[in-house]
Amino acid sequence: MMGTMSPTDRIPPFERFYVAHRDEVLAYLRRLLGARAEDAWQETFLRALRAYDRLGHGRHLRAWVFTIATNIAMDELRPGARADLAHASEPSVELRRDAFKELEHLTDELPPTERAAVVLRYGYDLPYAQIADALGSSEDAARAAASSGVRRLRRTHERHA
Amino acid sequence: MNVTPELDARFRAAALREGIVDVRYDVVPSPVGELLIAATERGLARIHFGPGGQEEELARLFGSRVLRAPIDDVRRELDEYFEGKRRDFDLPIDLRVAAFNEEVLRELARIPYGVTTTYGALAAKVGRPRAARAIGTVMNRNPIPIVLPCHRVLGANGSLTGYAGGLDRKLQLLQLEGAILGW
Repeated sequence: MMGTMSPTDRIPPFERFYVAHRDEVLAYLRRLLGARAEDAWQETFLRALRAYDRLGHGRHLRAWVFTIATNIAMDELRPGARADLAHASEPSVELRRDAFKELEHLTDELPPTERAAVVLRYGYDLPYAQIADALGSSEDAARAAASSGVRRLRRTHERHA
Repeated sequence: MNVTPELDARFRAAALREGIVDVRYDVVPSPVGELLIAATERGLARIHFGPGGQEEELARLFGSRVLRAPIDDVRRELDEYFEGKRRDFDLPIDLRVAAFNEEVLRELARIPYGVTTTYGALAAKVGRPRAARAIGTVMNRNPIPIVLPCHRVLGANGSLTGYAGGLDRKLQLLQLEGAILGW
């Protein structure tokens, strides 16, 4: 079907994309970087704008901007953080959304990759395939990082309780 | 956690500094209502009567990297014009239209402040004396009204005839310039 593009394929004007995602990306980066989030946020949208005219379609723009933000945050937190992702040696655990709300404030204590995986999965509802893209890893490794993060959150929670 | 106006403005300024914006636009108040103004690196590219909602059209014409940001020189010259302090605009223009339209619009730009002409006279100026109707179409599609003064072009009998922004605005602009006598 040449020449047909569904509305979701179409690339919106950058202004619309920016207004739609600027707040949630800042909140995400604050969760990962705290007070250093603002510079990383600006760099995220500058990188997005630099690449915007080379996008082939408008699908997954939200996951795309979270990927850029994650890359910048990982470089900021710990160079090479993406290299040592946990491997899926334990069965994966999932968290209910309301359970995450209770544990969310503890994500600061997670290692960077686990923190990103947990926040993207439970805070922003991204599928593991897209979290894998953001982390530059396989889908299994992304699932393992989130699982490991959830276990660590629960242990931290029990210690605090 | 919302982005503060300061942080937002900082990002927009950084994007412009880096030259990675295809077209920027702003909405400014004026005595003829809100105006959407848009500029590329080359210059003023669009003036549209009425507020926003033009992002898709701007992206189609100039590229997807559309960003809202102040366009200080255009806004200042428009303000001065509406205060009656400016008779000529001194702004770089990015005119992306067909060759005939460009020729007509360049001739149009020579009509002085406060002076009116007719579609027929403008047609004669570009060597197409029988093309008054075609001139009307070019006026109607003028991408940069006010600055390219299509409001100064009237029907052969002096009637206002038409204006993309509505006849009220055409009359208002002519009155501002003191061009209307005996109405």
